[in-house]
Amino acid sequence: MTTLKPGEVNLGTTIMAVKFDGGVVIAADSRTSTGTYVANRVTDKLTKVEERIYCCRSGSAADTQAVADIVKYHLDLYTSQHDEMPTVKVAASLFQEICYQNKNNLSAWIIVAGWDKQTGGDVFEIPIGGSLHRPEFAIAGSGSSYISGFCDKSYRPGMSKEECIEFAKNAVGLAITRDGSSGGVIRLAVITKDGVERQVVYGNELPTQYTG
Amino acid sequence: MVTGTSVVAFKYRDGIMMAADCLGSFGSQARFRNENRFMQVGSNTLLGASGDISDFQYMKHALDDLLTHEYDMDDGQSMGTKSVYKYVSNIMYGRRNRFDPLWNAYVVGGVDGGEAFLGYTNLYGTTYQSDCIATGFGAHFAIPILRKRVDGRADEISEEEAVSILDECMRVLLYRDCRTINKLRRAKVTAQGVEISEPYVLETNWSIADNVVGYGA
Repeated sequence: MTTLKPGEVNLGTTIMAVKFDGGVVIAADSRTSTGTYVANRVTDKLTKVEERIYCCRSGSAADTQAVADIVKYHLDLYTSQHDEMPTVKVAASLFQEICYQNKNNLSAWIIVAGWDKQTGGDVFEIPIGGSLHRPEFAIAGSGSSYISGFCDKSYRPGMSKEECIEFAKNAVGLAITRDGSSGGVIRLAVITKDGVERQVVYGNELPTQYTG
Repeated sequence: MVTGTSVVAFKYRDGIMMAADCLGSFGSQARFRNENRFMQVGSNTLLGASGDISDFQYMKHALDDLLTHEYDMDDGQSMGTKSVYKYVSNIMYGRRNRFDPLWNAYVVGGVDGGEAFLGYTNLYGTTYQSDCIATGFGAHFAIPILRKRVDGRADEISEEEAVSILDECMRVLLYRDCRTINKLRRAKVTAQGVEISEPYVLETNWSIADNVVGYGA
């Protein structure tokens, strides 16, 4: 599925972001794999690029880190020059520019999500190839294939913050169970105008599911 | 194809102990979560399989046929562990020579005439015997642990300690092998015979996750 170079470290992954009125919930697993070896079982794939804007990284660990670092730099400069926080759209646009113009050399499937004064909560998805999409909720990474059906059935527009958190926990938990490239803990972050609350759900405390 | 990952095995005071998870992977998908990768052969031999599950099912069938044949012979002889081992490894080598291997790594263990036996064979027909054997990722992660805790003192290890050694090995594999799940079976062979346990889960520790934020940039 992913076109990693030999020896390259994979973020395998299940990541997602869900919008609610007042912010976003973002979630990710914590497994970084090199082939079938778990290089890092407690990875943090929820990366801050600005105070209220995060990206969820999947694909090549190196590529996504490099791109996120560059976007972080540009957003930092933006904030200094404009004397105000950039919108999530601006951040997503920067990600898209890099991912699209370097499409032949990158293996990155990124979700950009956060809160800004203009729009409130906002979610963008940039799949391999560098196109930009703005769904109500986004799922990405190798584990996302296993939860498309679950997400389509469970998601309702206008869910509360708490409902979005449960939705994300259940979805990522199910994907971790089925995807060998996803695993470890579920990292969550809730981004609102008031700040970013981070949470961890341990690998042995996943929401109940049938594990036949 | 559907595959199974590591099998870990070693000799202890009462005989042989082995462990393997209950997963049949379909590429990276954890598709079949209730597989039994152990087979009891006769009254005192245990076969643990990793690799292609369809080839393991073929081997199971071949061994069942062998035992049926022995039963029909009705000569008062029963299949010893070393005989089962030779039979399995000869099939493996024979298939290798015909460029049509059974894509597996097997661990054969048993207690025969009071003596514990533990052997390995694989798709190439390679064979060896040791106090500690592990296949796949287990060879990299479990063997060093087994060598430290078992080598040279197999007959001092009680069943309780053997279980704790197995748990330690399988926990590392659960953390570091992408193709495992937290649902395993333990199996033992003693003078009393073969016992394959029901599936159980391991305790895991994820507290180190709390302090990790970002990736260092």
